[in-house]
Parts: sequence; structure tokens; C-alpha cells
Amino acid sequence: MGKINLKSVYFWLIVLVFVLFPFVIDSRPMTILLTQIFIFAILAMSYDILLGYTGIVSFGHAMFFGFGAYATSVMLKNIDSSLTVFFLSIIVGMVIAGIVSFLIGLLTLRLQSHFFAMFTLAVSGLFLVLAEKWRSLTQGNDGFTFRAPEIFSDRINFYLFVLFCLVLVFLLLRLFVNSPFGKVLIAVKENETRTKALGYKTIYYKVVSSVVAGVAASLAGSLYVVSLRFVNTSMMAIDVTLNALLMTIIGGVGTLVGPIVGAAIIELAKHNLSILAKTYPIFERWIIFFGIIYILAVIFFPKGVVGTLKEKWEGRKMVRQQAMKQKEDAA
Amino acid sequence: MEPVIKTDNLTIRFGGQIAVDHVSCEIPEKHFKSIIGPNGAGKTTFFNLLSGELKPTEGEVYLKGERITHLSSIERARKGLGRSFQITNVFPNLTVLENVRLAIQSREKIYFQMLRYFTSYKHLIEEAEHILEQVLLIDKKDAIASQLTHGEKRKLEIAMLLALDSEILLLDEPTAGMSLEEVPIILDVIRNIKEKGEKTILLIEHKMDLILDLSDSIMVLFNGQLLADGTPEEIMRNELVESAYLGGMYNDDLAGNQ
Repeated sequence: MGKINLKSVYFWLIVLVFVLFPFVIDSRPMTILLTQIFIFAILAMSYDILLGYTGIVSFGHAMFFGFGAYATSVMLKNIDSSLTVFFLSIIVGMVIAGIVSFLIGLLTLRLQSHFFAMFTLAVSGLFLVLAEKWRSLTQGNDGFTFRAPEIFSDRINFYLFVLFCLVLVFLLLRLFVNSPFGKVLIAVKENETRTKALGYKTIYYKVVSSVVAGVAASLAGSLYVVSLRFVNTSMMAIDVTLNALLMTIIGGVGTLVGPIVGAAIIELAKHNLSILAKTYPIFERWIIFFGIIYILAVIFFPKGVVGTLKEKWEGRKMVRQQAMKQKEDAA
Repeated sequence: MEPVIKTDNLTIRFGGQIAVDHVSCEIPEKHFKSIIGPNGAGKTTFFNLLSGELKPTEGEVYLKGERITHLSSIERARKGLGRSFQITNVFPNLTVLENVRLAIQSREKIYFQMLRYFTSYKHLIEEAEHILEQVLLIDKKDAIASQLTHGEKRKLEIAMLLALDSEILLLDEPTAGMSLEEVPIILDVIRNIKEKGEKTILLIEHKMDLILDLSDSIMVLFNGQLLADGTPEEIMRNELVESAYLGGMYNDDLAGNQ
């Protein structure tokens, strides 16, 4: 038990560092960058629930991000830019994401994985077209700006709120994947037929997993548009899904810390590459570099940064235990 | 007494091939029945029909008098039909303990609990350890299942079946591909289960001599048809069985055992 406590001590220490961060280092760009990282960490974690825990490949995750994004921006613009409306819009986005992911899941999760992947791609494409065409509401690709709630005009307040959301989502998802339910999700990923033979109705597990992932992604979308105070259809584009995929894979599939680390790596890389681009124009094509990173990661770090470190750590622990045993045997 | 499992003209065709051909049989409660037959006789297919992996083209399956032909394998598993697989089928990247724990969790009907840590269900973990002791796998409980030897995986498979605590065990060649030293251990595990006298067991086996003394009755499948069904003594005396299946080589084996 002592070890678990130590772990949570580290966890809260890290949280504390980030809470204090903007008060110690008074840098607006850093605060904004960290806010972005936290938001994408939520998105990447939600994607990992599908990819890393349930073994479902979805190419439509951007649409859930988009539901949150549009729910929040439309409501803040058309109703009122108060905090109440903001919270309400988060819930609206989550409900829409929940219903859509539930329906899609129920319809298609019976199919084999690649059909599900194709179907999610098609549905998210459909919603993207809807967002393009429903100009009276979304103003299409041009998008629109809106006012964020008054209290968030101080970047530090928003930073703290997003951090709070990240910690909350992290704790909830950690509980979710470590619950008996979450253990079955991992079993589904490992061997679905066997899970069925044990008497689990795997389809329900997959549907719930996709609903949880969709709802969390919607929260990320709501937060993201408030950080930009702007929304357009790019929030729903396939790039968002690919970003989440990249962050999850680089950070470490099948862990919750992995996607957070992945989000940090990708966002920091983007930030620094765009600075470099001012002197070396080649870096404007940063997507090329991401492509290379992605290929290298899949070849050399298939388990991602966190996954690889974890494996090394556990391997060393094993060796140590074996050495201890040998010593005991010798004695 | 009502049989636990009854099949009625159970048939399945794959195209023109009849894999199981009008098999009718009854298995009484707490009975140990072995199914033997040469390769391709339809033994595993017959199991798949019982456990629901396959749906018959014709005929019915009854569980305690209830028609279960239309039920999926999941529903049958929940009704107490547990099966092991001939091809080892475990969760490769989970620990041995977690493999068994998942089975116990299903039996305990903890399906949708998502707001508590799994470690708060201590009794599940303790019971999993207890079952691993029974199948002599306890010192491997933290090993990843894919790193086990073939024999150990088979033991794990049986442990998961025990964990489900199904009334009826369908064992599909539990000794398949095992080294000679490991076979007696598995047979001991099966004998222990039998001696407790709580379960109905159906066992597929290729090597007849292994199961002669274990079985209450034996049924012989050949080309999908039920060739004979009777006590081990009857089966051994059955000339039809001898000529169709056993052949000279097996006969020698049997002679040695008698």
C-alpha cells in the first residue's frame, strides 16, 4: 500500500507544480501553450480509451471534439457569454456527443474493426459537411468569433479551470479503466471471442467505451474554442483525429499518462518548429516532421514514450527480484 | 432423470460437407462423457454446436429440458455451459492472475461496475489465487500469459473454466500438444474435478487410453456420425468402433492397457 500512496503523492505534487506555475513564471505565451497542452491531453486520453483500452480504431473522433466546440461557441454567441451558459454548453455538447456515439456504436460496433473505422470516418465527414453548409448557425469555414465568459479574460483563471478539468478527467478515467468494467475493456482488446466465452456481452462494453470517449472529447472541444474565442469547421476536420492519434501513439497506447505526455511533446514541437520556421522556411512544413516522427515512433517505440519507460522499469524490477531470489537460493 | 444436455438430430453442413450428421445423444447430470474419434470426425464441431459458436443447420440442443439452439454462446455460458478451447485461447498480454480474475468477475455478475477500483474486490483476487493453486500455476500468477509454456497455458485455460464454476464443462482436448510429463498433471486436475462430483463433464480426446478409466461413458464420432455410445467396456468390445476407428495400432495400445 505504501507504494500506491507514494504514487499519489507524486501525482498531487505534479498537480501542485502546475497550479503554482503561472504565479511563479509570469509568461502569457507559456500559460497559453500549457492550456493548449492540457486540452489536447484530455482529447488524447479520450482517444486512448478507444484505441489503447478497448482496441477500437476510430477515425471520427474529431466530430465529438466538434460537437463540444460548436455547442459552446454557438451558445456563448447567441445566448449570453456568462459562466452559466458556458457550463450549460459543455453539458449540451456532452449530451449530443453521448447520443451520437451511442447510436454509432450500437449500429456499427458489431462489425469488424476496420468497418467501424471506415464508418466513423464517413459519419464525421457527414457532420463536417453539415457544419460547412449550415452557414446560418456555423458560418461554415469562415467561422465566427465570440466572447468568452468575463472571468476567463484573465488567462490564468482559464488555465486553472482547464487544469482542473484535466485532473478531474484523468482521475475519472483512471477509475474507469481500473474498475471491473475497465478490466473487461482490456480483455475485449486482448481477445474478444474469449471475453464472450466468459459470458460478457462485449458489444455493450464497446458502446459504453465509445460513449465515454465521445463525451470526454466533447469537453476538450468546448475548452478549446474558449481558449481561441473562435470556431470554424477545422475543429471537425480529420486533422484533429490524426493529432489525437499521434499524441496517443507517441505518448504510449494503453496508459493514461501516455497521451498527456504525447500531447505535451506534439504541442511543444509544433510551437518550437513554428519559431524555427521564421529563420528556416522548411519548418513551415512541420507536418513533414510529424510524419517522420510518427514513422520512427511506430518502428522503434511501438509502445510510446511512457509505455517503453514502463517496460524498462518493470524489466529492471524483474531482474532485481530474480537476483534477490538467486541470492536467497544460494544462501 | 432429465438429461442435462440433450441433442436431437443435431446436424451442420458446410456447403456439401456434413460435419455433424444427425447426432442424438443424452448426457445425464454429473456424468463424465468422453467423445473420441479420428481427426475430422466432427468432435470439435459438435462442441461448437453445444457451446453456441456454431448454429446447426438442423436439429436441436436442449439444456435441462430447455431448448437453447437459438441462444448465443454468451447466453449459454451464462446458463452454465463452460468450454475450453483446443487451440489455446487466453488473454495473451494479461497476467495469469488477471485471466482467472476476469472469469470470476463474470461469474459474480460484476458486469457494469465502473465506479470502483477492481482491487476493492479482494475476494475475487483471493479466489483466483486459490484456483491457480489447484491447477499448480500459483507461482506463475504474475507472469504474462503469452510467456507461459504450452502446458501452462492449457492449465490456465482449465483454471479459467473452473473459475466460471459452470455446471457443465466442455473440455476440448485439454492435453493437446502437451509434453508427456505434463499430461498426467492435467489428467490429475481433471480427475480432481470429477471426484468432487459437482459437474457434468464432456471431454474430447484423441488418445483413447488416457480417458478409459476416467469416463463414465464414451461416444464415438466418425465422419460426423454417432458410431457408438456406451460404457468404456462396451466401446472397447464394439467391433464397429474397432474396425472404423481404432485400427491395428490403437488396438495394440488398448491391449497393453487391459
